Amino acid sequence: MTSKIDNNLKTKDMKRKPWFIKPSTKENLRQYWYKFSRNKLSIIGLIIVTISILFAIFAPVITPYPQHVREYVDYSSAKLAPNSEYIFGTDVYGRDMFTRVIFSFRGALYMTVIVLSLSVPVGVILGLLAGYFNGTWVDTAIMRVTDIFLALPPLILALAIASVLEPNMTSSMIAVTIMWWPWYTRLVYGMARSLSGEYFVKNAELIGASKAHIIFREILPNCLSPVFTKMALDVGWVILMGASLSYVGLGEQPPTPAFGQMISDGSRYLPDLWWLTIFPALAIAFIILGFNFFGDGVRDMFDTGR
Amino acid sequence: MTILKITYLWKGVIRLLKYLLKRLIQGIFVIIGISILIFIISRIVPGDPARMALGPSAPQKVVDQLREEMHLNESIPVQYVYWFKGVLSGDFGKSLNTKRPVLTDVLEFLPATLELAFFAGLIFIVFSIILGLLAARYRDTWVDGSVRVLSYAGIALPSFVVAVLLILVFGFTWKVIPVLGRLSNGYHVPYITGMVVIDSLITGNLPAVGDAVKHLLLPAFALAVGPLFQEARILRSSLTDNMNKEYVSVVTGYGIPKSVIMRKHLLKPSFIPVVSVMGLDFASLLGNAFLVEKIFNWPGISKYGMNAMLSKDLNAISAVIIIIGLIFLLVNIIVDLIIASLDPRIRLGGN
Repeated sequence: MTSKIDNNLKTKDMKRKPWFIKPSTKENLRQYWYKFSRNKLSIIGLIIVTISILFAIFAPVITPYPQHVREYVDYSSAKLAPNSEYIFGTDVYGRDMFTRVIFSFRGALYMTVIVLSLSVPVGVILGLLAGYFNGTWVDTAIMRVTDIFLALPPLILALAIASVLEPNMTSSMIAVTIMWWPWYTRLVYGMARSLSGEYFVKNAELIGASKAHIIFREILPNCLSPVFTKMALDVGWVILMGASLSYVGLGEQPPTPAFGQMISDGSRYLPDLWWLTIFPALAIAFIILGFNFFGDGVRDMFDTGR
Repeated sequence: MTILKITYLWKGVIRLLKYLLKRLIQGIFVIIGISILIFIISRIVPGDPARMALGPSAPQKVVDQLREEMHLNESIPVQYVYWFKGVLSGDFGKSLNTKRPVLTDVLEFLPATLELAFFAGLIFIVFSIILGLLAARYRDTWVDGSVRVLSYAGIALPSFVVAVLLILVFGFTWKVIPVLGRLSNGYHVPYITGMVVIDSLITGNLPAVGDAVKHLLLPAFALAVGPLFQEARILRSSLTDNMNKEYVSVVTGYGIPKSVIMRKHLLKPSFIPVVSVMGLDFASLLGNAFLVEKIFNWPGISKYGMNAMLSKDLNAISAVIIIIGLIFLLVNIIVDLIIASLDPRIRLGGN
C-alpha cells in the first residue's frame, strides 16, 4: 500500500516541470514572448532596461572620464555648459556630468538587486507560512506585524530607519529592504491562503506529504508569476525610493554620484547651471519609465486571463 | 413597500457601523504596533539619549540624573511602557532642535501639512475623475492619448523632481506664482485653525485667501501630479471594462438611454478600484510631502519631521511618525467606508 503511494508521488514528481517556468517547451516560450511583445511599450521598456544594465556594468568603459566619480577637482573646466566635449556639461568642481550620470545607474541598479533579493524571499516565505497555517497563531503573528509595516507610508518608514543609521548606501539599502518585504508577504498570503484549501493541497496532505513539500513544491510554484510581475514593476519604485533617500542626503555619499544627491546639489545652482539638475532628472525619468514599461510587459506575459 | 425599504437601509447602516467599529479596534492595535516599531527604531541609534539631549559639555552628574528621569537605566520593555504612557497623555518629550515639548511643535506645524495634503488630495481627486470620465467618453481620441502620455510622465517624474522643476520655471523664469512659504509679506492672518486659507476665510480677509491659495498651488501640484493622471487612467480602464460587461448590454437592450446607464449603472462600480488606489496614493503623498515641504519651505509637520530625522531628534521623529500613522489610519478607514458604500457585496454582508 505504502509503496503504491510512493510510486504515485514519484511519477507525479517526475512529470513536474522546472519550477520557474511551468511548461518550458519552446512553444511556450514563444507564447510568452508573443504576449510580452504585443504591446510596443514593453519592447521599449526592454530596450531601456537593457541599456540601463549595460550602462551599469560597463560604466568605466563607456564614460570618457571615469576618474571624475572620485574626488577630482579641476576648476579650469568647471561650470561648463553642455558642449561637444562634455555633452552633459560639467559641475562646480569641473567633473564631467555625463560620466557621473552613467555611474549613477550603477548605484541605482545595485541597490535594486540587493533590496529585492533580500526582501522578496523573506516576504514570500513569511506569506507562504501565514497563508498555509491560516487561522493559527503563525498566521496571526506574521500578518499583524505585516499590518504594522503597511500602516505607514513607505517613504516615511524608510526615511526614519535610514536617518537613525549612519548616512550611507548600506543604511539606505537596509531601510528600503525593511519596508519592502511586507508587500510580498501580503501578496503571497492571499494566494497561499486560497490555494491551501484546494484539492491538490488536500490530496498531498492525505497521502502524507511533508509540510515543507506542500508549502514549497505545491503552493509556491502557483504563486510565482504574480511575484515575478510585482518584482518587475517594483524595480522602478526601489530606484525612486533610493533617489528620494539620497536627495535628502541619506543615501550614497559624495563624491560617489547618485541621482537624488546630484539633483539636490544641482538645484542650488538653478537656474544658471540648469544642466546639473536636468540631466540627472531625465536619467531618473528614463530608468523608472523603462522599468515600468518592462514591468507592464511582464504582467501581460503572465496574464492567463481573458 | 417603504417599510421594507427602510429596514433594508437600516440593516445596511448597522452593518457599516459594525464594520467601522471593527476597523477602529484593529486600528488601535496597529497604532500600538507602530509605537513599538518606532520605539525600537529610536533605540537602535548608537549613543546615549540623555547625553544627546544635554550636549557634550554637560557634567556627568546631570546626565546621570536625566538618565534616571528618562528611565534609561531600566530594561527596554519597561522603558517602552514609560514612554508609551507619556505618549498617551500627549507627552512625547522635548525636541532637541526647538527645545520645546514635541507636542507643542506638532500642534503648531500639523495644520499647514493638513492644509497642503487636503488641497493636493482635492486636486487629484477632482481632476482625475474629470479626466478619467473624459478619457472614457472620448476613448481612442487625442484626449485619451494625452491622458495616457501624461500618466507615464506622472510615473516617471518623482514629486521632488517635479518640485525642483516647478521652482525652476516659476521661481526664476515666469514669476507669476509665489514659490516659497505660505503667505506673502504684508498679509497677516490670525491663528484660529492654523490653516491659513480657512483662517482668512473666517476673518473675511479675501485678499489673504487669494494669496494663500496661490502659495498652495505649486507644492500641492507637485504632490498631486503623480497620482492624478494614473488615477484618471485607472478610472478610464475600469469604465471601459465595465462598459463591455453583460449587464450593460442587457440594460442597453431595454432601450435605456446611454447617459442614464452611465450615471446609474456604470459610475458606482467603476469607482471602486479608483477609490482604493486613491487611499494608497494619499499615503504616498504624505510621504512625498517630507521632501516637497522642504523644497518649498512649507512650514508643516513633514518639514519639521525631515529636519528632526536629519538631526536625529528622536522624540520628534517618533511623534511625527505616530501622527502620520494616525492620519493614514483615518484615511484608510474613510476609504474603506466609501468602498463599502459603493460595493453592495460588502455593504450587504457576505464577502
